[in-house]
Amino acid sequence: MSKPRFGLGLNGMIGIVLIGTLLIVAIVAAFWTPYDPLSLSLRMRLKPPSAAHWFGTDEFGRDVLSRAMAGASASFLISFLTVAFAITVGTTLGVVTGYLRGWTDRVLMMGNDALLAFPGILLALSLMVVMGANRHGVILALGIAYTPSVVRVVRGTVLSLREKEFVEASKMIGNSDIYSMFRHILPNALAPVAVLATSMFGWTLLAESSLSFLGLGVPPPAPTWGNMLAAARPHLESSVWLGLVPGICIALTMLGINLLGDALRDRFDPRMTTA
Amino acid sequence: MLGYLVRRLATAIPTLLLVSIAVFALIRLIPGDPVQLMLGDSADPQSVAALRQQLGLDQSMPVQFGLWLGKIAMGDFGQSITTGQAVLPLMIARFQVSAIIVLMAVALAALISVPGGLIAAWRQNKATDIAIVAASTLLLSLPSFWLGLLLLLFFGLKLGWLPVIGYVPFSESPGAALVYLVLPIATLTLIEIGVITRMSRASAIEVLRLEYVTHARAKGVPEAGVLARHVLPNAFAPTWTLIGLILGNLLGGIAVIETVFTLPGFGRLMVDAIFARDYPIVQGCLLFTAVIYVLVNLVVDLCYPLFDPRVTAE
Repeated sequence: MSKPRFGLGLNGMIGIVLIGTLLIVAIVAAFWTPYDPLSLSLRMRLKPPSAAHWFGTDEFGRDVLSRAMAGASASFLISFLTVAFAITVGTTLGVVTGYLRGWTDRVLMMGNDALLAFPGILLALSLMVVMGANRHGVILALGIAYTPSVVRVVRGTVLSLREKEFVEASKMIGNSDIYSMFRHILPNALAPVAVLATSMFGWTLLAESSLSFLGLGVPPPAPTWGNMLAAARPHLESSVWLGLVPGICIALTMLGINLLGDALRDRFDPRMTTA
Repeated sequence: MLGYLVRRLATAIPTLLLVSIAVFALIRLIPGDPVQLMLGDSADPQSVAALRQQLGLDQSMPVQFGLWLGKIAMGDFGQSITTGQAVLPLMIARFQVSAIIVLMAVALAALISVPGGLIAAWRQNKATDIAIVAASTLLLSLPSFWLGLLLLLFFGLKLGWLPVIGYVPFSESPGAALVYLVLPIATLTLIEIGVITRMSRASAIEVLRLEYVTHARAKGVPEAGVLARHVLPNAFAPTWTLIGLILGNLLGGIAVIETVFTLPGFGRLMVDAIFARDYPIVQGCLLFTAVIYVLVNLVVDLCYPLFDPRVTAE
């Protein structure tokens, strides 16, 4: 596969189509699902896929398609907010420490490196202890866990940018540090951040699913793909579709993000080529 | 070598100190009185006072931290609130289960992926390469707990070849233990194959472009020799670093696998402790993981010179 001069290549396009489709489903599900994802029906327990219920029903007679759609909404929203949190906080800290250098930089980076030397999911797990298993807890816990890697990437870029002539020029004509940082340095540091944000969206989605699967994420009855899989466990043998649908949803999303992420990295970050 | 070891250990001190401060602060960040949380609302004042004193909560914060850290340094992680067991032996027993799974899975994955990545790089852009890349990207996209559930469903329930639930300690009967561990190890191996193959392929492609590879080919070294003698040794270093990172991260990610296969491992110990609000165990597990993570990275760094003679331990 030769490197595309423009665009993102075939794999990147497949990634965009996958993510785009799922994103549309997630947005639609925020307003409309075929059935109420929470409404119980004891008569309709564990029914296999049919014309009325394309993906069958679960152990409480809830429509699996509606729940998978609502799960997409939940997972995408949580991942989006988490990434937005990590990118905003991480970019601000990264630009400030990289630009100012000195003791602020040293102290912050020591803390940052210490956090990086610890598995992110464990950091999130321990934060969940404090914040409790709920939607806000997940977003905050994962957001804090992923911030240090953003700080590291942004600081590295800023360190090389601050020596460029246009930054010198901005200082020379009397612009303040804050103005130079956010008007001249920040926009030039965004490409690696975009690449990182794509992968991070995937990590978050997977981590949120894992937490929900363990019962430490979004609590039932609100559906997420992770807690749907956890609920499906006892019924797997008799009702395979319960285990297949949420898993395929997670796998397709991750596949889309991995393909898109690889394409973006090839396009914007020649140092980290996957060839 | 010794000097490097000391310096390397010294860089781990800020990490471990920060983690211990965070773990210490954790229990105090939880809204409410930790002692009341631990004992429940119906506890009598006497036992509340006793536990308060036992945990040193009647002292000032820095004193509390010092006392707590001193105990940890002596290997005293306290007792579980729910069962009264000492935390350290409990963690060690559970850790053995997880360590066997993680080590075997990563070793197997590396044995398959490193040659796999090498072959893909060698056949770059040919059908073999495209098939290997597609397979590894697909594996990379599967959530480990879902793959585990699928394998469990197929080999455990449908075919009935392997047990679905249960565990025999390795020390009692290694053979029987392996039967229970086949599926969890297979699950993790498949997931990690995706990650390691991609890294191995990417670094082999970089090396294949270098002049000494052309030179080796030009002087008539057979292709197998070029790959084994010239490409593999030079392409292995980044993969080795990645394997170290994977080992560390799996300690955090193992809980879902242990949940799927109902194994009494380290991850499950921590998750159960979080549910039971058994804070001494939660604190112990976090610290234990941090120490293991630092140690794994240290061992990985120390092994570097074995694979790449240009890197010296100094």
